[in-house]
Amino acid sequence: MAHGLIDTVKGDFPLLAQGPDRRRLVYLDSAASSQKPRAVLDAMDNYYETTHANVHRGVYRLAEEATAAFEGARAKVARFIGAPSAAGVVFTKNATEAINLVAHSYGRRCLPAGKAILLTEMEHHANLVPWLMLAEERDVELRYLPVADDGRLVLDDLDRLLDGVGLVSVTAMSNVLGTLNPIRRLADAAHAVGAVMLVDGSQYVPHLPTDVTDMGCDLLAFTGHKMCGPTGIGVLWGREELLDSMPAFLGGGEMITDVRLDGWKPNVLPWKFEAGTPPIAEAVGLGAAVDYLTAMGMDAVRRHEVELTTYALSTLAERHGDDLTVFGPADPEARGGVLSFAYQGIHPHDLSQVLDETGVCIRAGHHCAKPLMRRMGVNATARASFYVYNDESDVDALSEGLLSASKFFS
Amino acid sequence: MSLEDLYREIILDHYRNPRNRGDLPSPPALRMEGFNPLCGDEVVLYVDVEDGDRVTDIRISGQGCSISQSSASMMSAAVKGRTAAEARGLIRAFKAMMSIHEHRLDGDGREVAEVVAPDPEIKLGDLEALRGVVKFPVRIKCATLSWNTLAQALDEAQSTWAQSTWAQSTRANPGQGPSPSNEVEGA
Repeated sequence: MAHGLIDTVKGDFPLLAQGPDRRRLVYLDSAASSQKPRAVLDAMDNYYETTHANVHRGVYRLAEEATAAFEGARAKVARFIGAPSAAGVVFTKNATEAINLVAHSYGRRCLPAGKAILLTEMEHHANLVPWLMLAEERDVELRYLPVADDGRLVLDDLDRLLDGVGLVSVTAMSNVLGTLNPIRRLADAAHAVGAVMLVDGSQYVPHLPTDVTDMGCDLLAFTGHKMCGPTGIGVLWGREELLDSMPAFLGGGEMITDVRLDGWKPNVLPWKFEAGTPPIAEAVGLGAAVDYLTAMGMDAVRRHEVELTTYALSTLAERHGDDLTVFGPADPEARGGVLSFAYQGIHPHDLSQVLDETGVCIRAGHHCAKPLMRRMGVNATARASFYVYNDESDVDALSEGLLSASKFFS
Repeated sequence: MSLEDLYREIILDHYRNPRNRGDLPSPPALRMEGFNPLCGDEVVLYVDVEDGDRVTDIRISGQGCSISQSSASMMSAAVKGRTAAEARGLIRAFKAMMSIHEHRLDGDGREVAEVVAPDPEIKLGDLEALRGVVKFPVRIKCATLSWNTLAQALDEAQSTWAQSTWAQSTRANPGQGPSPSNEVEGA
């Protein structure tokens, strides 16, 4: 376990610091939203205290500095995901809006008539509902790659399912099962039939080194608040030629080069997709989050999470045996640090409530993946998820908390 | 507030040994599903409503946490054999205990809670054990899931009954039948 990394990291997160009058907080819900390091909070405060003005508007120095801070954040994000240029990095509200952008723009106007869309049974509602909405509007067939009992995608029928597909949209990592999907293989297969490949990177980008060229995707959606950044900012990265060919999504200021009473012309990338005053301070915060993670090293982040997941899987199995079922791949290398589980038939709500008494925060519910829940034959699961600031003591606290719940409900 | 405030012994008893669990042939029983979008829990009620006015039998299926399951179980025991009006009184009293009030804006645009005073004659009995849920706001939705579903079921039972009696009475006395809306209001 990378103790060196973690010893320094915990102190970076004010909310996790243990004050004298504060009970120990065991935060195991980073798949829902991560905590924020001091560096991100400071960067946002500093921006508002020293630099704020609207961007791309004024010619005075303050406005130029604000624009430089905002565009600087875009460049940092581009480097973080291995993007060839910053022009392909579009700031959105969150990953959900990024996917909706693609559904509205590409889905309504670029997807050739008669072409189907291929998704998977393990998608988050954010990568299901926009397509279901599109299918209500246009005659678009939605197909789904099935999920096997071990939580992996079943690719046996991939060729048949891809026949006639114009767009493939798949999560790189399941927010329920932790499954890491074979994105490169799916992207290559999609391209072989001329389909566009969109990846939901919400759970992947915060936890693993990301390079869009290696992934082979055309579009990548992710969100800032799961990767140490603030809420209110997400990213859609796209290949420039593709983004150029897509019509604008939201209309308003910033996204135009000219407006007349009888028409308008779109701006160039990436601003074509950024209508209205953007979340400037949030972009600056995301830039600081990227700096923070880059300094730590995404390889180190991934190593830490594999080690912690290995410890969690073996410790929980050892201490709880058949009382505990962990869903998803058993191999820590094949998954992220997201553990959905069932314990002794105790409802996840009740588990979470009892764990909260001991300061352990886990998620309970359907995790915005109801079709996957139905596939797994459950209504809800409990979910513990890890990030850079978690260590073995957090897993031990979870394990102890489960015993308390067992006593309570037996 | 402690866990014991939430998980009272009677709640755990109803959770472990739920009353009126199962289903009823539907039709004639009315089947109504309720979902908690927060957590994916679902409750399915089967209600026999005699003449659109009396809950003669009730069964509950579905899955949920201890709070939603025990609340449904206690509800089934409380409303069985009651008239629709009495059941609605219980629903109001239970929701008032859960601090659920109708909201409206006052003259100055401020939101004020309008407390719908429950009938003081209505005794919640065992259901009082769920009072502690109020201290755990996220769980209020769990506790009220089956009650909201019952309210929907009663609405539907009464409107179906009103339509069928209207249809019958118009067949017997063309042009003389009561309007369905009057039936519902009068119920």
